[in-house]
Amino acid sequence: MNFDPRFSGRNFTSVGTRPIRPDGVDKVTGRARYGADFNMAGQLVGRILRSPHAHAVIRKIDTSKAEKLAGVKAVITAADLPDLTDGDTAMYDILDNSMARKKALYDGHAVAAVAAIDARTARQALKLIEVEYEVLPHVTDVDEAMKHSAPLINDAIFTEGLEEKPVKPSNVCKRTQYGHGDVHQGFAEADMIVERSFKTEQTHQGYIEPHACVASVNADGTADLWVCTQGHFVYRQHCAQLLGLEVSKLRVTSSEIGGGFGGKTHVWAEPVALALSRKAGRPVKLVMTREEVFRASGPTSATSIDVKIGAKKDGTITAAEATLRYTCGPYAGMWAEIGAMTAFACYRLENVKTVGYEVLVNRPKTAAYRAPSAPMAAFAVESAVDELAKEIGMDPVEFRIKNAAQEGTRASYGPVYGPIGIGPTLEAVKNHPHMKAPLKANQGRGMACGFWFNFGGQTCTDLNIGMDGSVSLAVGTVDVGGSRASLSLVAAEELGIAYEHVKAVVADTSSLGYNDMTDGSRGTFSSSMATISAARNAIKVLRERAAQMWDIPVDDVAWEKGHAVAKGATHGNLAPLSLKEIAAQSGKTGGPIAGHSELVADGAGVSFATHICDIEVDPETGATRVIRYTVVQDAGKAVHPTYVEGQYQGGAAQGIGWALNEEYIYGKDGRLQNPGFLDYRIPVCSDLPMIDTQILEIPNPNHPYGVRGVGETSIVPPLAAIANAVSNAVGVRMTHIPMSPPRILAALEAEREG
Amino acid sequence: MAQVTLWGSLSAAAGGRDKLDIEAKDIRELFRKLAEQYPAFEPLIDRGIAVAIDGTIYRDTWSKELPPGAEIFLLPRLAGG
Repeated sequence: MNFDPRFSGRNFTSVGTRPIRPDGVDKVTGRARYGADFNMAGQLVGRILRSPHAHAVIRKIDTSKAEKLAGVKAVITAADLPDLTDGDTAMYDILDNSMARKKALYDGHAVAAVAAIDARTARQALKLIEVEYEVLPHVTDVDEAMKHSAPLINDAIFTEGLEEKPVKPSNVCKRTQYGHGDVHQGFAEADMIVERSFKTEQTHQGYIEPHACVASVNADGTADLWVCTQGHFVYRQHCAQLLGLEVSKLRVTSSEIGGGFGGKTHVWAEPVALALSRKAGRPVKLVMTREEVFRASGPTSATSIDVKIGAKKDGTITAAEATLRYTCGPYAGMWAEIGAMTAFACYRLENVKTVGYEVLVNRPKTAAYRAPSAPMAAFAVESAVDELAKEIGMDPVEFRIKNAAQEGTRASYGPVYGPIGIGPTLEAVKNHPHMKAPLKANQGRGMACGFWFNFGGQTCTDLNIGMDGSVSLAVGTVDVGGSRASLSLVAAEELGIAYEHVKAVVADTSSLGYNDMTDGSRGTFSSSMATISAARNAIKVLRERAAQMWDIPVDDVAWEKGHAVAKGATHGNLAPLSLKEIAAQSGKTGGPIAGHSELVADGAGVSFATHICDIEVDPETGATRVIRYTVVQDAGKAVHPTYVEGQYQGGAAQGIGWALNEEYIYGKDGRLQNPGFLDYRIPVCSDLPMIDTQILEIPNPNHPYGVRGVGETSIVPPLAAIANAVSNAVGVRMTHIPMSPPRILAALEAEREG
Repeated sequence: MAQVTLWGSLSAAAGGRDKLDIEAKDIRELFRKLAEQYPAFEPLIDRGIAVAIDGTIYRDTWSKELPPGAEIFLLPRLAGG
């Protein structure tokens, strides 16, 4: 890679404007094709049989009756997906999660699948599959699962990260620790200490579009997969490895995506669809029902967190400590570790210690959810910070400003920060009119801060200039929030042409080099870097072609505002050549003009946000209403401000649902009681106020335009901001998310009873 | 000579040590020497380790140079949503 990613501080023409997105018309007219909108001639319908038990040994599966049913073309079990993972435990877990091998590990775990000529036949076939289970004791609660008496989920897992190697297996798969200084000394110096325990329940990303794909395996060993995903190149890698295919022979095309938020970052049903197609010799379409989405895909961790923070009377925090226990589902993860890293990242702390415990439970495999693990840690920490400020008698914003991390601060997770935006977001909140607006009876105001790392990653982009001077931009990061518009703006900016002349598409895996998925807030950060690089490579070609047309040395040709300009006294009489004029002559000057880029976009800048929230609580019913909500977040540089605001609003909306209502509820039998949107309540438009946003731009030094990721940080503060608002409204510290009406009433009752 | 701080669960791979002195010009050489000196690092490197150089986190740019005197932290490679 010969590309300088450093921030250049340039002035912008296109970047920062708000044109209409290229996919907008298709989406509002219903033409956009999502995962379930794709069909192939002769396709079969795939359906999955799922375990009704939370924990059970699979003794025997008899598929003979299903196979004999007219219209059934294939029935598969784990035997049709042999283990090809070669010791890769993470991939083995994904394989086992796609189709249970020895044990069903949660209610909804896939145990068999059928492909039939229609949905009715497929459903009938599922009923004919006989599974003999040996039901085992189960555990779904994080604290219960840590007890020695808890049912053991995997007897091959021994706790990693302990000083002494354990001799017995455990549901705690890992312990991690972060921090620096001496917290005992720090607490000894404190005038005031707040110590509390918090819980958060498991939530789903709640993407409106269920998982959906069409798989077609051909007799020659090649295959196609059309799928709704956040990363079609990653899905290709996973599926090729799990099915023993050559990567280049599996073409994966991503559909439009109706939400992913981390839940579509690894495969679920796609290997099953491919295995069914391989066995049936026909394409197979597999679309999850909403119930399957809830029972078997995506949820975030449920958590149990203890926090202790001490401060001096002047508001200086002297020590901070947290113990974080996160559920992983039945497979090892690093969710508590991320919580331990992010918990105190907003603050300048001399003495800090966090310990994370990854806990196996009989729930679906935990998946990333927008800044995974950070919102729960922020809820606990920011609640305690608010309480401590109150105990000391300081304004909560001033208290945070006094202790905020800044450039040069050693982060609680280790390194020293470069330029960061936590201080400016707090100052913006302090001065925001929202903070001064009057409140009515039963209303409370809360605010909180949040942090997320942001990532980059492998990225490949093609930029092709047509003979009419229009530009095709092929990117490999799935567009989850308007990135095609943003990347078109970036191409237009670099080339010096109008946005309307650029058309960005998400290319399939056979058309472009490998791209990491769109996660870690990396889509616009990474692909804009690759687009800048590709455009600059194209400009090099454009200059060479102009030099040919003028018959002058290429070194005498510069690129300015979309034109080749001849430099030097001897060429002063040459009129500039526009991109369009050079493109029109491309067939006679060397052929098509293109710019290509493949790079690793590292150096994503960390991101901070501060939110303000007003909540009204009905003291008789415990019902809540969000009255006003404001998001202040650092974007580095907002390439398309409307879609940055959309990310801020979307994160806040999801956080509001998480904080107030959303919750996986398991029965004593370990079965999920509310796998549908009627009983699992995500916020709808009428539940939300207009969410105000304020974009701050503190440039990322590691991106030419200063761009930082913006997609995830906005979900980190809401749980805490809303909890602080509710606590202020009712006068009782809320310590359990979601703060649903029964939970608020219970807290009020407990307070009354002392 | 670069002083490398191992964070979180990584110090276990170096026998409990959380600081190592390693002569390396870039991330690739750092990882190679780590794996040579502490074989337990090899699977961790395969799984993914992020390197923070003066506060900036690098996950895949193994050609990134380690400037003299730079603060270098090894962190686990994290998932995003």
